[in-house]
Amino acid sequence: MKLKKPNLNSHTILLLITIALFIVLYCLGCILYGKKGFTHLQTFLNILITNAGLICIACGMTCVMLTAGIDISVGGLVAMDCMMLAVGMNKGIPAPVMVLLVILTGLVFGVMQGFFVGYLQIQPFIVSMAGMFFTRGMTAVISTDQVSITQESSPLYYAWANYKLKLPFGGYVNNKGVYNAPYIRINVVIALIVLAVIFFMLRHTRFGRSLYAVGGNEQSAAMMGLNVKSVKLRAYILSSFLCSIGGICFSLNTMSGSVQQALGLEMDAISSAVIGGTLLTGGVGNVIGSFFGVLINGTISSIVKTNGKLASSWPNILTAALLFLFIVVQSVFAAIRSKKAR
Amino acid sequence: MNFKTWLMKVKKSQLLLPVVAMILVMAVNIIHDAATGAGAFSFFTITLQRTTSNGTILYGRIIDILNRGSEAALLALGMTLVVSASAGTDISVGSVMSLCASFCCMLLAGYGVSSTNDLAVPLVVGVIAGILMGCVCGAFNGLLVARLNIQPMVATLILYSAARAIGLLVCNDLIVYIRNDSFGFFGSFLGPIPTPIIITAICIAILALILKKTALGMYIQSVGINSRASRIAGLNSKMIIHLAYIVCGMFAGIAGIVASSRITSADSNNIGLYLEMDAILAVALGGNSLGGGKFSLAGSIIGAYTIQAITTTLYALGVSTNQAPVFKAIIVILIVAIQAPPVKAFIRKRNLNKATKGVA
Repeated sequence: MKLKKPNLNSHTILLLITIALFIVLYCLGCILYGKKGFTHLQTFLNILITNAGLICIACGMTCVMLTAGIDISVGGLVAMDCMMLAVGMNKGIPAPVMVLLVILTGLVFGVMQGFFVGYLQIQPFIVSMAGMFFTRGMTAVISTDQVSITQESSPLYYAWANYKLKLPFGGYVNNKGVYNAPYIRINVVIALIVLAVIFFMLRHTRFGRSLYAVGGNEQSAAMMGLNVKSVKLRAYILSSFLCSIGGICFSLNTMSGSVQQALGLEMDAISSAVIGGTLLTGGVGNVIGSFFGVLINGTISSIVKTNGKLASSWPNILTAALLFLFIVVQSVFAAIRSKKAR
Repeated sequence: MNFKTWLMKVKKSQLLLPVVAMILVMAVNIIHDAATGAGAFSFFTITLQRTTSNGTILYGRIIDILNRGSEAALLALGMTLVVSASAGTDISVGSVMSLCASFCCMLLAGYGVSSTNDLAVPLVVGVIAGILMGCVCGAFNGLLVARLNIQPMVATLILYSAARAIGLLVCNDLIVYIRNDSFGFFGSFLGPIPTPIIITAICIAILALILKKTALGMYIQSVGINSRASRIAGLNSKMIIHLAYIVCGMFAGIAGIVASSRITSADSNNIGLYLEMDAILAVALGGNSLGGGKFSLAGSIIGAYTIQAITTTLYALGVSTNQAPVFKAIIVILIVAIQAPPVKAFIRKRNLNKATKGVA
C-alpha cells in the first residue's frame, strides 16, 4: 500500500495562490457588478465557453513547457485551423471530414516542429517562430478574406456550434419571468475532457512522467535511459494536436476565419501557464494550474467588459501585472529554496 | 596567404552565413530583373530623383532596403548585446517601440489631443523623453533578468503584453497625428539621404566605437559565456546584464521614434508589430549563438538588412504582404537547420571520411 504524505512544497503553495487569486478576482467581480448579472452561474460558464479553445492550447503549452521548450506557433495554427474549417465548409466538404483534416494537419505540423527541436536540436523559440510565420502566411494563402460559417454552408457544424447543453441547476428567473437554465456549449465539454485526459496522462503514464524528467534535467533523463529526442518530438506533436482541437473549439465559438484571428493567443497561453505555476525552465507545473490561469485571464477580461467604461487595453495591463506578481513570487520561492539547499 | 588557407578562414568566419544569404537574395533579384527585362542590374542602380515634397533624393532598391531596414537594424544592435550577455532574447522590443512612440507623440501633442499642427513641447524634449522611456523599459527588463534571476523570455513577456497596451492608454486610445515637418524629419530625408539610414549609421558607429575602445564588449561576452566565472574574476555580472537590457531598450526607443516619424503619428497597434521577431532572426542569421557568449555586431547588422532584402524581394516578386511570412519561415528553418549541431556533425564526419579515403 502506498503511503500518502501531505506534500506541501512551494509548487503546491503557488498552485493554491493561483486558485485563491481566481476566487478573489471572481468575488470582486460579483461584488462590483452583481447587479449586472455577474453572480449568475452563466457568467462563469460564458468565461468557459469563450476560453474553451485556450484551455486546450494551454494544456498543450504546459506539456511543451515541462520539457523546457516553448511553442509560439499556436496562435497561427489556430488561425489556420479556423480558416481551413471556414473555407472547407463553404466549399461544401462535410464537417466531420474537415475536423479530421484539421487534426491531421496539426499532427503533421507537430511532427515537423518536434523533429526540428528534438532531432536537429534547434532552439524551440526559433523553430516555433518559423512555425508561427508559416501558419500565419498559410492562412493568408488559403484566403485573405474574412470567411464565416453560416447555417447554409454547413448545417451540421452550425448545429454543433449552437448546441446548448443545459445544466439542471443554477438557473435564474429574469425580469420577464422566464426561467433561464444555465448552459454550456460543446466546446466546453471537449476542453474539460482534454484537461482531464492530460491531467491523468501527466500523473500516471510513462510519457507524462518522462516529460517532467526531460525538463528537470535532460542529461540525467538521458542517463536514466529515456530517449530525450523522442520525448521532445512527442511533446510537440501533442502540443500541435491539442492546439488543433483548441482551434476547433475556437472556431465553434467564433464561426469564422480570418488572417488576423487569434493574434497574440500564444502569449495568452504562455501567460496562463506561467500564472498557473509552470516554469519556463521546465520540469515544474501541471495543467490544473494552467486551467486556473486561463480562468483568471478570462475573469479579468470579463470584468473589464462588464464595466464597459474601461479602455480596451486594461485586460492586457492587468494580466501583465499579474504575470509580474507571479514571476516575482516564483523567483522569491526559488531563492528561498536555493538558500535552504545550501 | 595562399588560396587554401584563405578558403579555410572564410569557412570558419561567422560572417559567412549572413553574407552568403545576402548574395543569394541579390542573385534572385538579378535573375528576376533579367527575366522580366528590367535590366539585370536594376537592383543595384541608384539614381537621383526630383520629388515635390523632399527635393532631390536618392532613389533605388538598395536605398529602400537600407531605409526600411533601419528599425530592424537598430533593434538588432540591442538584441545582440542582450542575447550575448544573458543567453536569452528580449521579446518586448516591438511593444516598447510602440510605447516610446506613443509617449513621445503624446508629449508633443498634449494628452488627449488626436491631431495637431503645433508642438506642445519642444521637439528635443519629446524625442529625449521617448528614448528615456525606452531606457526605463529596458531597466525594468534588466531588473527582472539580472537582479531577480528570471528567465529573459518570461521577464520580457510582461512588457511584451503590457507596453503596447500602456501606449494605447497614454494616447487615450487614439491614434495621435502630428502634422509638423520638424517631427517628420526623422522619417524623411536629410539632403538626398533618408534620415533613418543616417540615424542607424550613427548608432552603429557609436556602439562599435564603445565596444572597440572599452572592454565592455569583452565583459558582455565573458558574462554570457560563464556569468559565475566572470563574477569570481571580479566583474559585476549583474550590472553588465542590466546595462545590456538598458541599451537594448534605448535602441528600441530610437527605433520607435523613427517608426512613428515615418507615418507622423503614433499608431500603437501597428508600430513595431512582429519586429522583435525580425530582430531575433537578424541575430540568429548573423551567425550569433542564441545561447549567449561570443557575438558579432556586423553579423547582426548584415542579418537585419538581409531580412529586409528578403521581404522587399518577395514583394517585388508579387507575393502579398500576408503571404510573405510563409517564405520567411522556410528561409529561417533552412538557415538554422544548416547551423544545427547534428547537421554540422554529419558534414564534418563526411568530410573526415573523404579525407581518410584520400589518404588511403
